[in-house]
Amino acid sequence: MDKKFIIRVIISLIVLLVVIPTVLIVTQRNDYLYGITSVAILAMISAGVWLTFFMGRINIGQGAYALIGAYSAAVLITQLNLSFWVALFLAGFVAALFSIIIGLPILRLKGVYFSMITLTLTEVVRLIAIAWTPVTNGPRGITDIPLPGELSIFGLTIIPDFATMQNSKIGFYYLSVIAMIITFTILYRLVNSRMGILLKSLQQNEELASSFGVNISYLRVISYAIASFFGGVGGAIFINLTQSVYPTTFQVADSINYMLYTFLGGLAYVFGPILGAFVLYFSWDILFIFKEYQLLIYSGIMILLMLFLPNGLLSLRLKK
Amino acid sequence: MEQILLNGLITGAQYALIALGLTLIFSLMNILNFAHGQMYVLGAFVTYYVYGKLGMPFIVAVIASGLTLALIGAIFEKYLFNPVIKKSLREESSMLLAAGTAFFLDALILIVFGEKQRSVPALVDGVFFGETYGLDIIIPYNRVVIGVIAVIMITAFILFMQYSKPGRAMRALAQDKIAAQLMGVNLDRYSLIGFAMGAMLAGVAGSLLVTITGVNSGIGGGISIQAFTMIMIGGAGVISGAILGGFILGLVEAFGLYYLPGDITYLTIFVCLMIFLTLRPQGLMGKPWG
Repeated sequence: MDKKFIIRVIISLIVLLVVIPTVLIVTQRNDYLYGITSVAILAMISAGVWLTFFMGRINIGQGAYALIGAYSAAVLITQLNLSFWVALFLAGFVAALFSIIIGLPILRLKGVYFSMITLTLTEVVRLIAIAWTPVTNGPRGITDIPLPGELSIFGLTIIPDFATMQNSKIGFYYLSVIAMIITFTILYRLVNSRMGILLKSLQQNEELASSFGVNISYLRVISYAIASFFGGVGGAIFINLTQSVYPTTFQVADSINYMLYTFLGGLAYVFGPILGAFVLYFSWDILFIFKEYQLLIYSGIMILLMLFLPNGLLSLRLKK
Repeated sequence: MEQILLNGLITGAQYALIALGLTLIFSLMNILNFAHGQMYVLGAFVTYYVYGKLGMPFIVAVIASGLTLALIGAIFEKYLFNPVIKKSLREESSMLLAAGTAFFLDALILIVFGEKQRSVPALVDGVFFGETYGLDIIIPYNRVVIGVIAVIMITAFILFMQYSKPGRAMRALAQDKIAAQLMGVNLDRYSLIGFAMGAMLAGVAGSLLVTITGVNSGIGGGISIQAFTMIMIGGAGVISGAILGGFILGLVEAFGLYYLPGDITYLTIFVCLMIFLTLRPQGLMGKPWG
């Protein structure tokens, strides 16, 4: 770890945790606060897509795990009255569990076949959410999810009850930004560890890696499970922010969007998804003034970006 | 029973026509054309205006739809996909581009054509009652005619790919790009022709189907997913696979929708598809590479 990197990390932490919230609270811009909160959650979910790409698979099914996580959290909180903080982790584990069961067979597929099957996976989860009425309440969804309660250890309050806060948006801002920071710290450590190098070998040539004694199926399933864990936790935070979940909360278009965030940021960079999510989310927001031309201009920008920067936004750094 | 079988076969022929274009583009350029459904919708709208509004003969409308889409496909290939594929470090960048073009066409269609459901008058009036022949079938003549046209189109396409010079060149490229280039096949030229033809097939399929189902600007994404499903069943990049996949999906859908509620039918199809693909990842006819 060189000094420059540590300084950069400290600066970005200060900006994320102190500067941005202070400025937004002072200027009363709740809309931007909500925007950055969403970007943090989206970046976290997209981190999973990035990880699956890192081992050479294009994952267009991240929305499925976000929806699984979202519904598990909603059911655990509203029907079993679990604390939000417990449900958050359980949601991640449920998503990871499903991803292991589903991943074992489908991770054998490669290239475009894997992409297409993950695309249908999002549709499958949505249809299950509609059909399995006793648990998911069908198309009407689960509404009135309470705000996260307080988290305390031995009577010592670590995180106060969100409902007692003056502005629960601040609470969600910190929750999602910290979750995003943890996610990307894990991701960064993972990529630079021994496992990261092994995963990179899968990206290049699975057969060759396997012939050198790399347990490829184990690695694939484990990293897919980690990716889905991120998706599940991200989905759980998101539905607590909106306090409701419907089968359409995460759908095929969302899954495609997560892939786009990851691609746009640049696949060669761990922090790519953050930048991609930030740029696409806010350009969509800003283009709102164009009303019916919003999608046209947005997709036009996307096409132009691809035309001139086919290797992602962060590839600009390479040329220097 | 006969009724469901016939419905399934006719739907299957139409589906096969949709899947053919997608599989052609995929086999040549390894691009999963996300905008395929949107191209279908565009073709349907062109027919709606030429045949439904201007009252021209249907054949003119089909040709107009095909040509419009071939032009759009050629422009997409020449100015978007070709440069990006050449410049990017990874093949996957074309996927983002394809998704971008899908959103773009979606927005364009919505702005130009509005969100109303449009339909055109049937080609032939009247309904066929099978009772007089001892068959338990009721079917509008229009659907039969469209089904027959679809089958003729598929046959013509197969003949073209099998025996014409461009067809042979494209098959050679799909099999082995480098070897084909060494034999003097111009990659850029046939990628352009292939992409234009793939888009044209989507447009023609939309043009034919608008007489049965009508069209509205929001159905593009759904059509794309259906087309993906078909080429997953049959195997990506293989023409026989696309046709087989189309007919299988058409039949399964017809039987499923008769015996089960709509959502459950699609759930079952997708779950079966996932199990099937884990056993045979390359689909029924596909080549066993990824």
